[in-house]
Amino acid sequence: MITFLSTIGHSVIVTLTKTGRGALFLKQTLTCTLSVLCQPRLISKQLFSVGVLTILIITISGLFVGMVLGLQGYYILSDFGAEETLGVMIAASLVRELGPVVSALLFAGRAGSSLTAEIGLMKATEQLSGMEMMAVDPIQRIVCPRFLAGCFSMPLLAAIFSMVGILGGQLVGVTLLGVDEGAFWSQMQSSIDFYDDILNGVIKSLVFGFVVTWISLFEGYDAIPTSEGVSRATTRTVVYSSFAILGMDFILTALMFGDI
Amino acid sequence: MEENNTQNSSLVTIRNLSFAREQRVIFDNASLDIQHGKITAIMGPSGSGKTTLLKLIGGQLSQSQGSIVVDGQHINQLNRSELYALRKKMGMLFQSGALLTDLNVFDNVAYPIREHTALPESIIRTLVLMKLQAVGLRGARQLYPNELSGGMARRVALARAIALDPMMIMYDEPFTGQDPISMGVLVKLIKTLNDSVGLTSIIVSHDVEETAAIADYIYIMSSGKIIGQGTPQELQQSKSEWVQQFMNGKPDGPVKFHYSSDNYFDDL
Repeated sequence: MITFLSTIGHSVIVTLTKTGRGALFLKQTLTCTLSVLCQPRLISKQLFSVGVLTILIITISGLFVGMVLGLQGYYILSDFGAEETLGVMIAASLVRELGPVVSALLFAGRAGSSLTAEIGLMKATEQLSGMEMMAVDPIQRIVCPRFLAGCFSMPLLAAIFSMVGILGGQLVGVTLLGVDEGAFWSQMQSSIDFYDDILNGVIKSLVFGFVVTWISLFEGYDAIPTSEGVSRATTRTVVYSSFAILGMDFILTALMFGDI
Repeated sequence: MEENNTQNSSLVTIRNLSFAREQRVIFDNASLDIQHGKITAIMGPSGSGKTTLLKLIGGQLSQSQGSIVVDGQHINQLNRSELYALRKKMGMLFQSGALLTDLNVFDNVAYPIREHTALPESIIRTLVLMKLQAVGLRGARQLYPNELSGGMARRVALARAIALDPMMIMYDEPFTGQDPISMGVLVKLIKTLNDSVGLTSIIVSHDVEETAAIADYIYIMSSGKIIGQGTPQELQQSKSEWVQQFMNGKPDGPVKFHYSSDNYFDDL
């Protein structure tokens, strides 16, 4: 019994210590934000590797998600003779939920894991220590530009996902299944609200981008500097990010759309 | 009086240093001095805390007890900007080289200059080429770290370490894993740099022959303590069994060949 309790106590202490380190890491990163924003060259390079290189997977996934939504939506809505509302259903699903959530999950798998591995390997090969000994702050030069790039990229990627998804839905619903194109677009236009739907989706993706990039960078920075340590950190990034995205999605949805 | 003189000519003064990682004691009341303009070697078996000592001197770790004074400044009493200002006067050659893998050789050497000075690019180019010439790699300036051999990577790292003309360079296991030619080149470079530029050098190593060939003074560490010190000649003639075992690479002695275990026959 005592062993069991001490194991739990140890786990709690380890978790709280790590959370504390993560919070301090975030504070240090945020402190550097202003000076890094004044050096856009540092961010633009990271925007390419974090954002631009993720566009392909986001676009292809968005297209297929939209096409599946078109198919499933059509079969359900046609039972009620409401095929013309297919556009609303696809757009609302994508803009409110699937766009921010699925693109954040993909972002965690593609860019997040890459950030963790990169920072972890820089630590393992003493590049971060080397910078410190050159009197260069690695948080400012390495971590903060990547953090800002992640925060900027995520809403744009989610927007691309939703846009391509809607086009995929239109391809299936209108082109293949014969839903009226005018009704598809006009119903969508009249029902989707800029503030309630689009802006809330953008806020969600901003929050997800912030959290996923923070987790990814911290896991890399905190990784045990061995190949196994970096491998485990990369896995943790994807697992923790996925939990964080889904958990926060529920909270944000409840706050934005629910009566909680 | 003599102790005062020693301290005055010391660039680094370490007194009663204690440091532990979790339950493991790395340093236990260790004291040593690094003299200005000399090559001082810290030697000892693997895991004796040699690299940790360099991290303590560079302020990357904080000691639990004792004092480390570098160029008249107590390392653990400095704030961040003071520590960074002091680090600009220190160079460190890491065991792995620690080159930035997304930059080529030229940009790696130029990196600290670009970070800490506002010099025009033409002057940076001249400075970098001079540093690369000193380590014999001016012709390799366009190569990336993954295109360099281990010895070349260490020479580039050395060029980067001297980029800001530091007062002191710390070498972390500079000879480990080097072929005889690369090792000879590094030995010569360390000695030449120290003598020609008037650097103070600290070499952490367990390569006895190479280190003893260029060191002015050697400290031998084990179990967190300094167990021997002196010039290479003095250590070769030391009466200490431990020092003799380490300097001559004897497989058995005070440091046992067998890891502590139960009786062999009982165990079978």
